[in-house]
Amino acid sequence: MMMKKKRSVMHSIAAAPHIFWAILFIVLPLIIVVYYAFTDDTGAFTFDNILSLEDYVPIFVLSLELSVIATFICLLVGYPLAYIMAKAKPEHQKIFVMLLMLPMWTNLLIRTYSIMAILDDGGLLNTILGTSMHIVGTKGAVIFGMVYDFLPYMVLPIYTCISKIDKHMWEAASDLGCNTVQVITRVIFPLSMSGVISGVTMVLVPSISTFYISQKLGGGTFELIGDTIERQFVTGAYNVGGAISLVMMILILISIGVMNRFSEEDEGGIII
Amino acid sequence: MKKYASRIYLCLVFAILYIPILTLMLFSFNNTESTANFTGFSLEWYIKLFNDENAFIALRNTLILAVSSSLLSTIIGTAAAEGIYRMRSKWLKNAVNSVTNVPMMNPDIVTGVSFMLFFALLVALLGIDDYDSIGFGAMLIAHTTFCLPYVILSVLPRINELGESLTEAALDLGCTPVQAFFKVKLPNIMPGVLSGMVMAFTLSLDDFVISYFVSPSNFQTLPLLIYSMTKKTVKPDMYALSTIIIITVFTLLIISNIKSFKKSDKVRRKKGGKA
Repeated sequence: MMMKKKRSVMHSIAAAPHIFWAILFIVLPLIIVVYYAFTDDTGAFTFDNILSLEDYVPIFVLSLELSVIATFICLLVGYPLAYIMAKAKPEHQKIFVMLLMLPMWTNLLIRTYSIMAILDDGGLLNTILGTSMHIVGTKGAVIFGMVYDFLPYMVLPIYTCISKIDKHMWEAASDLGCNTVQVITRVIFPLSMSGVISGVTMVLVPSISTFYISQKLGGGTFELIGDTIERQFVTGAYNVGGAISLVMMILILISIGVMNRFSEEDEGGIII
Repeated sequence: MKKYASRIYLCLVFAILYIPILTLMLFSFNNTESTANFTGFSLEWYIKLFNDENAFIALRNTLILAVSSSLLSTIIGTAAAEGIYRMRSKWLKNAVNSVTNVPMMNPDIVTGVSFMLFFALLVALLGIDDYDSIGFGAMLIAHTTFCLPYVILSVLPRINELGESLTEAALDLGCTPVQAFFKVKLPNIMPGVLSGMVMAFTLSLDDFVISYFVSPSNFQTLPLLIYSMTKKTVKPDMYALSTIIIITVFTLLIISNIKSFKKSDKVRRKKGGKA
């Protein structure tokens, strides 16, 4: 027993470099963000940065609005897709997963730019149709960009979750008199909740904080919170930028915490 | 009927996902600058790209960074997973796990910004006059940090699954704890270690947001190059570069999937043999 205890203490030391690393490069940078958020140019303590955030409330609200709509559309489009994939033949399933993963591993900038080139005023869509629709620069275009870029992040966790559900559940439900719709709404959907929640987080977090999608597809007509942060830091306004980042981080970590409460287990968190 | 509906739905979604990528690839072969009118086939943009020194430097930088950060995060992460597995104190275990997961849950922009401030302060405190001189180090630290949670996440389940008996047997047979780890445990958890490393490698290749805030002026990666290309009016040479990247990713994906196809075949056969 003594020996064992000694050994396990010895082995815990293997985590030491990581703990050191995490304190130095995860915790410390975040503390520095907090420091900048509560100081002014001279380094004196102030609440001014936090108080000035009032001006940015409309931008926060707009970002939240667009990203929530995008997440909802992703769920609406992605859930049936995940369901169909999970019900397909196993050899087809692998192909579908691969087809989803290729866009996911294609750089976000490339994907965003490629839809912009299609939707642009002089772009492919207008050229083919011979119209002059103005799409880039509208909220719709930004939402479409978010949905297009992040849909695979919604589908994969849900797919993983549904395909893990015991086949007997389906049979039991229909034996007990459920029709197909009821099987889905009463049995499958509740059982796939942890996948839905991790899908929602994986779409919501990058959409709310994006700045490239709104830069390209928003056509410079409106600003999201990611653009604001980027602008503050590029122009050297570290204190206000720090304050906005701090508030956004806290809001996101709280909502992830709340959402994780809803899912009993953390199985859906599969990234690949 | 239902089968048709679901097939049509699948095709529709995949079509929407792929049409933009395929158009981009098509227009990289256009013989004019237009990205809306396909006037004829040419390799002009590829030739231009291959003569562009910046693209090669960016490619080299991206690869150096991805290889070094994935190696470093795999070493630290694998050791960390073993250490976390051994931890007796539940409190410590939870604390380490939650801190590790922070970069994974935080929006990239916040991670990027926090590194930017961290290095700005470091430069000021150490009295370094040129950020470029520590630029690669900063990029390496940033990339290793956001890759670490993914490595740990892929190694830890393997260690949990493997359990203790093999290591104990090795120790009883006279191995030192270090030997037992390297000779017995490591070979057994290797698939997890490797998939963590591949994951780290791809994440590093693909990262734009964090690099954007950390990168010094003398170290540009491919995503940063693409960003600077899309800031101006885009010419199809950016399309050509994207096409090459997409085809590379696609090839790697197919190769890794063929491997897993074969593996699952083997498993199936093994299982069948037992039954």
